[in-house]
Amino acid sequence: MEGFKTLLYKECLRFWKVGFQTVLSPVLTAVLYLLIFGHVLEDHVQPYPGVSYTAFLVPGLVMMTVLQNAFANSSSSLIQSKITGNIVFVLLPPISYREFYAAYVIASVLRGVACGVGVLLVSLPFAALSLAEPGWVMAFTLIGGAFLGSLGVIAGIWADKFDQLAAFQNFLIMPLTMLSGVFYSIHSLPAFWQGVSHFNPFFFMIDGFRYGFFGVSDVSPWVSIGVVSVCFVVLAVITLQMLARGYKLRA
Amino acid sequence: MNPAIRVAGVTKRFRSLQALAGVDLEVAQGEFFGLLGPNGAGKTTLISCLAGLARPDSGTLEVMGRDVVRDYRAARMALGVVPQELVFDPFFSVREMLRIQSGYFGIRNNDDWIDEILHNLDLTGKAGANMRMLSGGMKRRALVAQALVHRPPVIVLDEPTAGVDVELRHGLWQFIRKLNQDGHTIVLTTHYLEEAESLCGRIAMLKAGRVVALDTTANLLQRFATHTLKLRLAAPVSLPPPFSARILSQEGAELLLGFDHYDDVGHLLAGLRAAGGEITDMALGKPDMEQVFVGIMNQN
Repeated sequence: MEGFKTLLYKECLRFWKVGFQTVLSPVLTAVLYLLIFGHVLEDHVQPYPGVSYTAFLVPGLVMMTVLQNAFANSSSSLIQSKITGNIVFVLLPPISYREFYAAYVIASVLRGVACGVGVLLVSLPFAALSLAEPGWVMAFTLIGGAFLGSLGVIAGIWADKFDQLAAFQNFLIMPLTMLSGVFYSIHSLPAFWQGVSHFNPFFFMIDGFRYGFFGVSDVSPWVSIGVVSVCFVVLAVITLQMLARGYKLRA
Repeated sequence: MNPAIRVAGVTKRFRSLQALAGVDLEVAQGEFFGLLGPNGAGKTTLISCLAGLARPDSGTLEVMGRDVVRDYRAARMALGVVPQELVFDPFFSVREMLRIQSGYFGIRNNDDWIDEILHNLDLTGKAGANMRMLSGGMKRRALVAQALVHRPPVIVLDEPTAGVDVELRHGLWQFIRKLNQDGHTIVLTTHYLEEAESLCGRIAMLKAGRVVALDTTANLLQRFATHTLKLRLAAPVSLPPPFSARILSQEGAELLLGFDHYDDVGHLLAGLRAAGGEITDMALGKPDMEQVFVGIMNQN
């Protein structure tokens, strides 16, 4: 257990030591989205009755930041360790693959939460937000963050160079998060694209998370939590299998 | 008493390369053991299998009687590995890194031992420095410190002195010797054969994934090495029997002769004079591990 706790502490310390890059930069990026999109669309779009566009945008940006940074944490830590070779310091001690997995995923969730809280706090002066059902906010933050943390473990282990990881991030994570309803309600989309959105697990994470703030969402939060939980469990099983076999870590 | 290391029938293949082709080996507790071989012989693969960084295709490996796969936690607790590559985590200072490494092995509040290691490795002044700021030799010593944080009874050093200057190398060996005297089992791989000769009580030589020699250092020297007489002659000569049997190598007017006792030198020189040889330069050499190594590798 001490090995797990130390690895978790190390992973948190790692991102905290470069907090400008790992926490403040994503917060700034999200706030720029908020200011620009909020300013341009505030008077033109009202996704839900009684909810301003800027207020609608904030939970989406918070969750997008949580997800992207959870992925970035585990994936970048692992690929850096692999490329510099210091991954041996984690592989030599008596740390089980389950402890390894838990430490990387929990650290990812914590970084996601740190970034998400940062975006939320900075956004508060710009939008009147309620917190209708905080339990849903917590649930989607934790499961969504763990899902992306897990995906980051897979990407970090699979990628042999930074270029491959960048491709994973830019061609998979980024489009899936941007097209998940962060900036719009899928009810504003044509029927075909509404249907397509239902194959994007990120949509359910954003929609369910937003429900926690407004008590309104595009689909039932129970459906969303079901979809996200199943996706997470499937991904967790795949990741644990990879780690148990030592895929690309133990020759 | 369990051996410190037991390797039985270990094979490992990487695609078309048979890295280990059935290795059997035992290292007793308290030994200073050398693992020698040319590049690609399988030394690092064997160490990786022992440390859990690679998984053998067949065979078993034990550290202090604990199977490295089935009982990996106990086996890894008993083993400290200094990796060959000069790797480090650029996010942390030396002390942070050693505290973290202690935690990985389940040890909290390890600062007293960390201070002792740092002192012995002459790194006390660098405890607060980021790993990136250390010189190559210091990084190498920090790697040794990392391998020792959990006080492992068995320590494996994979080419620890590669690229380390003479002074640092001597300091490092002094410390490793002390660890051995304190009861730690040391397994060393190195390309510096004189190091292996002076430090190791027993030596195994690997070639193409097989153990091709395994004996005490003294026996290996006795069996495979001789005193040498290196001569430069004014002109090449042809030595008649029985002196020709003493020739180890001959290139033009340069001649390397082997002999067992210093009394033989007089006979050899007399034979050479009788054959018309005129000596312009001469040097005596003692039996050394390089001869053993070259001899064994050529035999196999």
